[in-house]
Amino acid sequence: MPVLKVYLVALAQTTLALILAPGLVGLIRWFKARLQNRSGAPAWQPYLELRKLFAKEVVVSRSASWLFRAVPFVVFASTVAVAFLVPMLAVPLPFDSVGDLLVVVYLLLLGTFFLALAGLDPGSAFGGMGSSREMTVAALSEPTVALAIFALALSAGSTNLGQIVARTMADPATAVSPGYLLAFGALFVVTLAENGRLPVDNPATHLELTMIHEAMILEYSGRYLALIEWAAWLKVLLFFSLLGNLFVPWGVATALTPGALCWAGTTLLAKLVALAVVLAVFETRVAKLRLFRVPELLAVSFVLAVLAITVSFLAR
Amino acid sequence: MPLLGILLDLMVGGYLCGALAALVLGRGVLARWFTALGAMVGAGAGLLLGILDWTEPRPAGGIDIYWLSITLPLVPESIGHISFIAVDTLGAVFLALVGLVGVPVALYGVGYSRAWEGRRSLRPPGTLLNLFLLSMSMVPLAASALAFVLAWELMAITSYLLVMTEADEPETVSAGNWYLGMTQFGLGFILVAFFLLLPADGSGDFTALAKQATTLSPGLKSLVFVLALIGFGSKAGLVPLHVWLPSAHPAAPSHVSALLSGVMIKLGVYGVLLFALRLLGGGPAWWGGLVLTLGAVSALLGVLYALMEHDLKRLLAYHSIENIGIIFIGVGAGLMFLSYGLPALAVLGFVGGLYHTINHACFKGLLFLGAGSVLHATHTRNMEEMGGLIKRMPRTALFFLVGAAAISALPPLNGFVSEWVVFQALVGGASIPKRQVAVLMPIAVAMLALASGLAAACFVKAFGITFLGIARSHEAEEAHEVPVSMQVAMATLALACVVLGAAAYAMVPALGRAVAGLGGLPPASAATVGWSLSLPLSAPGAVGQISPLPMLLGLVLLLAAIPIALWLFRASRALRVSDTWGCGRIAQTPRMQYTATAFAEPLRRIFAALYRPTEDVSIDFHPESRYFVQSIAYRARVVPWFERFLYDPVIARVTSWATRVRAIQSGSLHAYLTYLVAALVILLGLLLMWGS
Repeated sequence: MPVLKVYLVALAQTTLALILAPGLVGLIRWFKARLQNRSGAPAWQPYLELRKLFAKEVVVSRSASWLFRAVPFVVFASTVAVAFLVPMLAVPLPFDSVGDLLVVVYLLLLGTFFLALAGLDPGSAFGGMGSSREMTVAALSEPTVALAIFALALSAGSTNLGQIVARTMADPATAVSPGYLLAFGALFVVTLAENGRLPVDNPATHLELTMIHEAMILEYSGRYLALIEWAAWLKVLLFFSLLGNLFVPWGVATALTPGALCWAGTTLLAKLVALAVVLAVFETRVAKLRLFRVPELLAVSFVLAVLAITVSFLAR
Repeated sequence: MPLLGILLDLMVGGYLCGALAALVLGRGVLARWFTALGAMVGAGAGLLLGILDWTEPRPAGGIDIYWLSITLPLVPESIGHISFIAVDTLGAVFLALVGLVGVPVALYGVGYSRAWEGRRSLRPPGTLLNLFLLSMSMVPLAASALAFVLAWELMAITSYLLVMTEADEPETVSAGNWYLGMTQFGLGFILVAFFLLLPADGSGDFTALAKQATTLSPGLKSLVFVLALIGFGSKAGLVPLHVWLPSAHPAAPSHVSALLSGVMIKLGVYGVLLFALRLLGGGPAWWGGLVLTLGAVSALLGVLYALMEHDLKRLLAYHSIENIGIIFIGVGAGLMFLSYGLPALAVLGFVGGLYHTINHACFKGLLFLGAGSVLHATHTRNMEEMGGLIKRMPRTALFFLVGAAAISALPPLNGFVSEWVVFQALVGGASIPKRQVAVLMPIAVAMLALASGLAAACFVKAFGITFLGIARSHEAEEAHEVPVSMQVAMATLALACVVLGAAAYAMVPALGRAVAGLGGLPPASAATVGWSLSLPLSAPGAVGQISPLPMLLGLVLLLAAIPIALWLFRASRALRVSDTWGCGRIAQTPRMQYTATAFAEPLRRIFAALYRPTEDVSIDFHPESRYFVQSIAYRARVVPWFERFLYDPVIARVTSWATRVRAIQSGSLHAYLTYLVAALVILLGLLLMWGS
């Protein structure tokens, strides 16, 4: 049953992403620790954190409403839905027609939207602060994302992820075209901003006034926190897969043979590890920006995206 | 077609009966229900008529169901002919739109106007609401210039009177004056545009006008288009003609605001499409470029000003400007593609605009009804005095949340789908042969994306500050859920938001048929396979695809799967309710929460170049020590650019002229007689000069 097989691959890919995501973040943390001359926690530490959180009791604020309890599920569901859409192992995926790159971006925005609402729900000042900042950063990174998608669609003739990957594989020269490289740069900055990485936000901080993402989810605990953290880690992995597979698509299986899929898995792992190293080095080299300097960083990525499009126009 | 005729009679009859019921019954529960019933029958019939008229394949030349055809006495028949006819598919879409929002709004009015019982008469608002709905239904049905202008003016007057319902508030009067001024200003331009198109025999039928347009010089055609764009743009709320909108919409009763924002301003879109496509049959590329630019600017400025607003209804009104901008981005792109000979893409642009028109009507209608419910419960529009309403009014909160998610373009709701179609049209813009023009498209994409991102931020603020957290005032603490009729009305529109999104695969081809034939457009070439929607892009064979319905089902499935998975993997189910973490302080008060002002503060700083914010902080220190603060008053304002630099000078000039002219009006009868004689002498002199 070839149809069944395709759906099984999609399911396997999502499961794989869910399993790998904590490890990937653990790996980034470990790399960063080594680069900073610390011994660091092992890369599997996030798995232990998840196990701990799922076993603990949830504490919910007296002022919180039903929305507060629903949000972890919404965030997790929307992020997992994205995992079904992003090409990680094979193209075309059966869900390619369900959502294109824009759907991916806006499904992630859906999660951010509800998280920001949950930040306001318990009525704590920290939550509101985090929500306000998170939405500011999210809104300002939207134009860059849209333009990067525009640039990709110009080259591939489609906003569908499968089509973009297939197109780049068929014509390897596009991957090193200036338009693609600039779009990659733009999306990399957006990856930093959307995932709350340095220099936009510090994922390791617990100093209230500098937090963005952490401030927003401050009231969460137990299994709710586990779901939110897991979704955030999955988001990192999804952005990495997008960066890896849209711009360097080699290794992605086009036929569903066991050999091709194994090779796809191996190359995916290699790409993820490579990007983890890049991120760790980058985060070690830069300092956190003041909140009001963040728009400048996003403006840089916006300019990169504009250049990417201009180049694509000229190259036609 | 007898069915269409019956529906038309039912529509007009329903509205008139509703108006009559309000007039006769005056007050009480029966008056409210019969007024609403008439309006609901009328709107329901209008909706059905619109849908049938729009989707039915029709013989060439249309179906003639002249329902109202009057010839005025004393003027030549060709001029004094007023005809309304249900023939045009484009008009049918807008007719359906009136009905779609009209039914829930009328139902909502039953509960909403209960608060007026004993305070003010129900006669004027009930009658006017029905007449307003009727006039809005007649605008897209008009088949001649005179009929159109009559319906348009009836709409303007009834809506003005509805805005003035609560005229005892000084703000309302000022809002009404702005609205009246702007709408009459716009009408002037529309009239001139129609006059320029009139053929020599004075026949105002749209077919005759369209024929006449083919004989006009390109320059004159462009003039007509620009005049129409200004006239209808002032109704639609395009920047810089938007100033009346943020004051008039909040001043009106909330269900009227829903109609103003959801439907009436959309008829401005209809007017632009009517002129650009049906009467003028398309034009040079710069028409589209102009519309696209105005749309993009409106989208961005609308949302930026909305972010600074803490009056819930004003915030929604500014979002109407944003969404009108998005609609005009689609329409402008469509016009551009049409002039470059890219009909498939042009259809996509128009379809995106029309789709967003319908979607915006649903979610903005819903949001205004939600804001009305909040106003009903708390008697304030100021968000800073709300909070925690989700616990007191859970259903209103849920419906408002659906609307907020839809307007923030979150998938799989309708707002996302139509913005996606507009985005796809703009991506297709890369195939415009002129590169310097094609560059407009990515800029529009960036502005559209920024606007939708900021809209999401704004609605986190609007929903979060209003409904979440702890009540900030006594009124919010004592709030109560609204009557069932109001809840059902909101539920209907919330459902429409979900369904219109899920039905994208059907909506896009249907809207393609609605514009097919206008200005030489083909039907939409969107392919629908199963539940998914594929749109053709620049390269042949390449498409963008989404399937909102499977997306919706998938999300629901995943949502259901997570608790099951948690149970399977034996996650802890313990839950303890406790205090919000307080950093060591003892008690939590509502004043420790983030406010709407604080929420928007980062964006106010980032866009300071536009806002030019001014802040006053006055701190009242404790008399004994300056280390203790008794109270702080913080006030932040932004510069209203358009009011201050565009309108204030004009108004000042007009006022100064009016003051000077006043000298003529001395109040002395002798002086007036002198004017009369002087006028007579001058006229006679002119007659002598030209009479021979």
